[in-house]
Amino acid sequence: MAGAPRPEDRPISPHLSVWRWHATMASSILHRFSGIGLYGAAILFSFWLMAAAAGQETYAQIAPHFTTWYGQTVLYLIVAALAYHLANGIRHLVFDTGMGLTPTDADTSAWFAILFAIAAPIGLWALLSFGA
Amino acid sequence: MSGPTTRMRSALGRVRHHGASGEGTGHFIAIRWTSIALALLAPWFVVSASLAIRDGGYLATIDFLSDPFNAVGVILLVIASLYHMSLGMQEVILDYIHRPFTKVALLLINAGVPLVLGAGAVFAVLSLNFGV
Repeated sequence: MAGAPRPEDRPISPHLSVWRWHATMASSILHRFSGIGLYGAAILFSFWLMAAAAGQETYAQIAPHFTTWYGQTVLYLIVAALAYHLANGIRHLVFDTGMGLTPTDADTSAWFAILFAIAAPIGLWALLSFGA
Repeated sequence: MSGPTTRMRSALGRVRHHGASGEGTGHFIAIRWTSIALALLAPWFVVSASLAIRDGGYLATIDFLSDPFNAVGVILLVIASLYHMSLGMQEVILDYIHRPFTKVALLLINAGVPLVLGAGAVFAVLSLNFGV
């Protein structure tokens, strides 16, 4: 095939550095990022269950951390990561049906997922502080 | 060598059992059904557990996990989340880790850790309810 591009000249994976930053790109990266964070959260969640089953003395070793500034920060970030991964995961389930894939729709839903991640932990904090 | 036109084997016959992993769309489908389960289980757990437990105290935690509805929900959450995160991390490892030994080692850890944590966490919830 004369004139066909040699393998090394072919377009390759879109390197992040040559693209203008936009919401759909951020949403994709954040999905992986929050997923990896939630991997750690699920490990902590399992340890929490095992500590509760191990009895009061064992549980007393982890319980004080929940109310410290770093414990609260970690819990806050876990809720934010979960909210983001949830919203963006639903976005991807909608994509799987073939809907919402136009640039405008994908951009809007990406912003929605990002804003939901900011709003959800604030909403949960408000519910715990002022509600029920 | 005979060309494609004279070959006796069908196209399907030639590609069968030669896929990247031999598991076809199983991975894709497993990610989807666990994500749908988690879209229901994770928000339920975050809201109801944080309302019931608040400061992470021992008695409130035991109270929450002793309720049969909560116990079943938490066990389902453990299974769905650990399976989902293992599938997701597998994708991340295959995307970014290319050195054969490191890749296989990480894939084995990623298969084993969620399994061990899952067994421990499910046993913890069961022993909280039925144990001594």
